[in-house]
Amino acid sequence: MRDNGDAPSAAMECDVAVVGGGPAGIAAATRAAEHGARVIVLDQGLAPGGQIWRHHDPRHLPRAARRWMERCERSGARWLSEAAVVDGATERGLAVVRRDAAFRVYPRAVVIATGARELFLPFPGWTLPNVMGMGGAQALIKGGADVSGRRVVVAGSGPLVLPVAAAMARGGATLVAVAEQAPLRSVAGFATALWAHPSKLAQAAHYRGAFARRSYHCGTWVLRADGDGRVQQVTLTDGRGRRRVEACDLLCCSFGLVPNTELATLLGCTVVDGTVRTDSVQRTSVPNVFCAGEPTGVGGEQAALVEGEIAGLAASGHEDAARAVSLQRARDDWKRFSTRLASAFHPREELLTLADGDTIVCRCEDVRYHRLNAAWSVRQAKMYTRIGMGPCQGAVCGAACQVLFGWERGTVRPPLGAPRVEAWMETSAQERPSSATA
Amino acid sequence: MPPRVEILVDGQRVLVHEGTPLVVALFDAGVRGYRTSVSGEPRAPICGMGICFECRVTVDGTSQRRSCLLPCVAGMIVETAAGGRDREG
Amino acid sequence: MMRAGHPDVVVVGAGVVGAACALALAREHQRVLIVDADFPGGGSTGVAMGHIVVMDDSEAQLALTAYSRSLWSEMAGELPPDCEDERRGTLWLATTDEELRAAGQKQAVYARHGVAASVVDAAALADMEPHLRPGLAGALHVPDDSVLYPPAAARYFVERACSLGAEVLERCTVEEIGDGTVSLATSGGSLDTVTAGAVVNAAGIDAPRLTPGLPIIPRKGHLVITERYPGMCSSQLVELGYLHSAHTMEGESVAFNVQPRATGQLLIGSSRELVGRDRRINHRLLAAMLQRAIGFLPSLARCATVRAWTGFRPATPDKLPLIGRWDGDGGERLWIAAGHEGLGITMALGTAELLVSQMLGTSAPVDPAPFAPGRVMPGTTCCTEH
Repeated sequence: MRDNGDAPSAAMECDVAVVGGGPAGIAAATRAAEHGARVIVLDQGLAPGGQIWRHHDPRHLPRAARRWMERCERSGARWLSEAAVVDGATERGLAVVRRDAAFRVYPRAVVIATGARELFLPFPGWTLPNVMGMGGAQALIKGGADVSGRRVVVAGSGPLVLPVAAAMARGGATLVAVAEQAPLRSVAGFATALWAHPSKLAQAAHYRGAFARRSYHCGTWVLRADGDGRVQQVTLTDGRGRRRVEACDLLCCSFGLVPNTELATLLGCTVVDGTVRTDSVQRTSVPNVFCAGEPTGVGGEQAALVEGEIAGLAASGHEDAARAVSLQRARDDWKRFSTRLASAFHPREELLTLADGDTIVCRCEDVRYHRLNAAWSVRQAKMYTRIGMGPCQGAVCGAACQVLFGWERGTVRPPLGAPRVEAWMETSAQERPSSATA
Repeated sequence: MPPRVEILVDGQRVLVHEGTPLVVALFDAGVRGYRTSVSGEPRAPICGMGICFECRVTVDGTSQRRSCLLPCVAGMIVETAAGGRDREG
Repeated sequence: MMRAGHPDVVVVGAGVVGAACALALAREHQRVLIVDADFPGGGSTGVAMGHIVVMDDSEAQLALTAYSRSLWSEMAGELPPDCEDERRGTLWLATTDEELRAAGQKQAVYARHGVAASVVDAAALADMEPHLRPGLAGALHVPDDSVLYPPAAARYFVERACSLGAEVLERCTVEEIGDGTVSLATSGGSLDTVTAGAVVNAAGIDAPRLTPGLPIIPRKGHLVITERYPGMCSSQLVELGYLHSAHTMEGESVAFNVQPRATGQLLIGSSRELVGRDRRINHRLLAAMLQRAIGFLPSLARCATVRAWTGFRPATPDKLPLIGRWDGDGGERLWIAAGHEGLGITMALGTAELLVSQMLGTSAPVDPAPFAPGRVMPGTTCCTEH
């Protein structure tokens, strides 16, 4: 399954195209291919694993991840790394840009396994270099970055706080502060619920152990970051008048995950409250389009794996296997976990008013908070300020504005991922191969 | 581990393992300003996964390349906004 | 609240044309109520290219675009920064010597109307725009054309009108225009009727819904915006063949039309097709449009595309807008300011002055006859919407 670097032909046909190379995509591709389907995985990443299974040394992968990846390799699924789906429509297949090539993929079925991204909320100084998301920091570390000697603040919300703090500590960074914005009672309540998921509990204890000497403060969040040309200090508060200013050179701060639903929206799938609607076999509202993992609701690795299996089986025509009680039950179980997760780490009120008038909200277009009128519709805000009209197309600011103002996500227009004119044109011009399958 | 190769970052030679995400190489090289924003601010990546577009640099003469989606290859020539470096010297 | 009272004029549609009309009326001390189904500039105006350009498909078009452009020029100092008004000039590109000769004739026509223009040869053109492909014959340079960000202008006009006493109802759909009345849909499902001295239908592609018989149909176009590449081009670049594309009412066509924005982004057009209200991207036509653009500006091939979208130009069979009183069933009190095809931005200010002069009985700044809404159209069979 490791990308053999082949330059694909101008148009490719297959039974199942899997978009996204994390746990959901790997599970879907594996199951579909094991059942005889011709599978192509289109993954934007440099190597299989998505975000949570990202690694620069396979020995650092958890055993379960290694086993899935090896099984995927044996399954015969074809893997294309650095492959970005830039456009698509059910009757016209998927338009893909990969390195210097541009081509179309015509699948009978698509499994969308595009994962999730971090929720960023603007605060003064958040655009300073070396302020990044916790997931962004984790991506760097898992990519082999050297954090030794860096003075780090990890602050934010949700399941990433512990693992990122632990990874920083293991990497030789100095943890200056570790802060979870959710109040202690929410976190404690969540921890109690973890008893139902022993593997998760063990995981949490393991992370906590990694930085045991540093305290982990609940109900604490970042007020502002300051520095000249990069972050040099961070101000934290507990909301009860206490403030702490900590010198640091790296701030990892984000507030949970937001499903990546752009491709699903482009293909016409029903998306409600930011998640893709699926039935019990991961089918979306569009025929032959399935969705698995975080885009159906943020639930973590286990949920993604099970949904991926179900989707891969259903997409390759094995719906009975997809309905297997064991799979269905496991999926429902992990989805319940995800609901508890979301409520425990919900961003508190104070985070919505951190930005001052000058704080940048849209980083692509440098639209500052004072220019925005909460009474506008999202389209109106876009037209008047160009918020969300830059290359990220609102992936960062749109999610923030949904939390800050209640603005629904705007329309998704092609192309995705800002491909070059010539690449996108090349995909637009290609026709389906004439050897059409019945 | 893959072999080490040499890339150029703003004229400086940097040794990296081949295939390392370019953003990781730039982080380790202490780059602060990957790109300059519309209003002149130095910017650096926040998401690490191709979503935020803040990690854009010029690679081999082509601008607007997201460094988190590029693997390092020998001889790669990278130009950043050159807004200072961490770990000087 | 004018909704309860009796405004002098209700302007239906707060696109750049309606907004300009509202402002012109407010400046003449009329009590104006502006009604828009969404928000000012949110319709065709918001997806338009924002090129303020003199065009000479006909004497009338030349007269109105030249006049209107001079009004934009006068307004330049007061437009807020988010309008991004810039005097970029237009270069009409000639690919052959024959086209260059035609450019010379155009220059003479422009000169007769006091519009500065000059023919530049191949060498001078390459100097001005080094990213253009070699081998072009030259161009007609019209230095006083400008570019603008249209929704900001519509917004500004409405705000200025309101500072002069106008009122605006956003997210309010007009269901019907009667004789001096407009019926507004309310959230409860009933209709509110507002009585006014006059009603202006400036609803663009929706104008015929409110005034049946208006010969306006939607003519769809595609636009693509790139990432920032400052210095790629300085002027708005349009091929002379664009005129042929805009002129022909049938079928589909593409023509090279690229605009440098103040942000450094490039706005790439243009295409035309008649497919009713289908907003979806036509990939084949879009690819043809981009192919043509690369043919003139090869560097575009390596530019990152941020987004593509479509929009509808309100088109009339004779390529001229409808500006004046409607003599149909609307009675004495219905006026039209719609049907500007691809020149809505350019003609907005001139349209407003021309309309207001007719409404108030003052002397018209240009001959109103060619724009009379009730005029006979060529080939009336193509007036009905697909």
